[in-house]
Amino acid sequence: MLDLSKYQSIGEALRDALDQYANEVCLIEADREREKERLTYRDFKERAHPLAKALQDAGFTAGSRASIIMTNQSKWLISAYAVFFTGGVLVPLDYKLTPDEQWQLLKHSSATVLITEYPIWRQLSASPGRAAATNVQTVLITEAPANADLAGAKRWEEFRGTGDPVFVVRKRADTACIVYSSGTGGRPKGCMMTHENYLEQCVALTSIYPFWPGVRYLSILPTNHAIDFMVGFFGPFTCGAAVVHLRTLRPEYVREAFSKYKITYVSLVPLVLKNLQKGLQARFDALPPGKRNIFDALIGLNKLLTKSRPRLGISRLLLKQVHEAFGGELRAVIVGGAFSEPQTLQFFYDLGIPVANGYGLTEAGTAITVNDLKPFRADTVGKPLPGMEVCILNPAADGVGEVAVRSKTVMAGYLNEPELTAETIVDGWLMTGDLGRFDGAGHLQLTGRKKNMIVTEEGKNIYPEDIETVFESLPVKEFCVFAANYIWPKRSMTGEKLVLTLHLEPGQEYSEEISQDINARNHRLINYKRIHGVVLLDEDFPRTASLKIKRNVLAERLAKLDSSTAILPL
Amino acid sequence: MRTLEQTTQEVLDLAAKHFQLPAGSLAPGDDFFKKLGIDSLQTLEMLSRLENHFGIELPDYEVQGVSDFKTLAERIQSRL
Repeated sequence: MLDLSKYQSIGEALRDALDQYANEVCLIEADREREKERLTYRDFKERAHPLAKALQDAGFTAGSRASIIMTNQSKWLISAYAVFFTGGVLVPLDYKLTPDEQWQLLKHSSATVLITEYPIWRQLSASPGRAAATNVQTVLITEAPANADLAGAKRWEEFRGTGDPVFVVRKRADTACIVYSSGTGGRPKGCMMTHENYLEQCVALTSIYPFWPGVRYLSILPTNHAIDFMVGFFGPFTCGAAVVHLRTLRPEYVREAFSKYKITYVSLVPLVLKNLQKGLQARFDALPPGKRNIFDALIGLNKLLTKSRPRLGISRLLLKQVHEAFGGELRAVIVGGAFSEPQTLQFFYDLGIPVANGYGLTEAGTAITVNDLKPFRADTVGKPLPGMEVCILNPAADGVGEVAVRSKTVMAGYLNEPELTAETIVDGWLMTGDLGRFDGAGHLQLTGRKKNMIVTEEGKNIYPEDIETVFESLPVKEFCVFAANYIWPKRSMTGEKLVLTLHLEPGQEYSEEISQDINARNHRLINYKRIHGVVLLDEDFPRTASLKIKRNVLAERLAKLDSSTAILPL
Repeated sequence: MRTLEQTTQEVLDLAAKHFQLPAGSLAPGDDFFKKLGIDSLQTLEMLSRLENHFGIELPDYEVQGVSDFKTLAERIQSRL
């Protein structure tokens, strides 16, 4: 691994990695059963440098911002490297957002360059949101068909400069990426992540889960997500490892990839992990009684032998068929993005497949705590990573309080939001809005949320303010969306739901017509952003002098209602 | 060549069979996340079934944001 303490920027470290590991494979890209691409670090450099030169020729310079909206693939990483090489700031956006949401964030970020895929550009270029984002001057699109209407964009494949690009030096404190942790509808939260944030996070994470040449990481989580950016790009690249991309995320091709490419690490969201568990459990249950008894005995033996630490060699020997289904080389599954149920984590560990569960926030530079497997604990989110100071603010009698973090990995702040930044980072401590406590062994246990938001099992952070626009002009006196747990706190980080609070007009009834209207509007939202119920409140919502709803005061009033009867299902 | 109506009906029949629902219990305008109570992963499994049935490949981006059978059938129809 490169000694990252010597480096000032992501671009500088990646530049040296491309030379140091020139002959190692860095990227494999597959589309269904077809392998589309296999690149060495040398090939990667040969693809990236002409792009970097063309960007420079087009006036892209230190501090210029370029956004990438792409599914996981080699061109994502090649483009990102070209941006860093030229001293630019990367704005990775979620390809699953709607075109209007993407334009909003493009405008907010002041990106001048957009790099995207033809199918995404087809939607984006036709969206009315485009008119407002005049800052986007250059659009590069990949894989456009020969006769396609490019709608003002240029072909990524043809955007190549001649001659060598000039490497642009950046300092550790400079912004490397603007990562949106939320805010597509209300107040965009663009986390300004510095080069130091990434360099320090990489050192901390790889000290526990190392990469080296020959390691293969299966990149499934979107690369715009902080986790995949770190463990599916920067981490493996600075260690000479390879990243495997799948253009189709159908379960059968994902399953096949494990054995076909001998995957070492993979990151998954809890939903996918649970689905894998379900599939495996069904196969175990279908075993004839004799075989099942032997299998259960082998699991029992494995549990005994791996009680204090993982022993991959022994587990692979005892539970050969299970491990072969995962390619036989899997060292750990990294699970993140949302809270995982302990019994799912334990299920995999008992099979000899360690699950690296942890806890993190984009604002904190990905991971804050991680399970170090010494020994494995399914009931916690692990211990703080090296370099992380974690404390519990104002703990109650049971030790539970808000989790706060201080480290070199904490973001510089939110873009264009000094007040929000000041509320979030106080005296150098990042207020996470999550509730938790430390146990006697120094492991963090999360118990709930203080903030008005939900995290789905797919790892999506949903803020109520971001979905309220869809209910605008609803024929009621006033409305407000809440996370149910924010109103009625419960000691859980799973099964979180959003509810719509309504104050009807005097004499108005909650009719079938209103219910249908709400349902129709709800369906305009992507499935994981939808509300799950309605709460009626027959009083005026408390408001500020500028007529904004005082959400915390309203939540206190709603809390007096009985949640078991107050939430009307849709 | 199938008509869009035929394609839609085959999509509904196949989805009902895949999720063990009575034939005719699904309608073109139904939101499959809500009606079937499925998550994004189960949707991908259903898509694989549909691809095999129609003998086509539906790239992931084509079904991005689609949540009702009618739109899904239209996307399939455009690839037949």
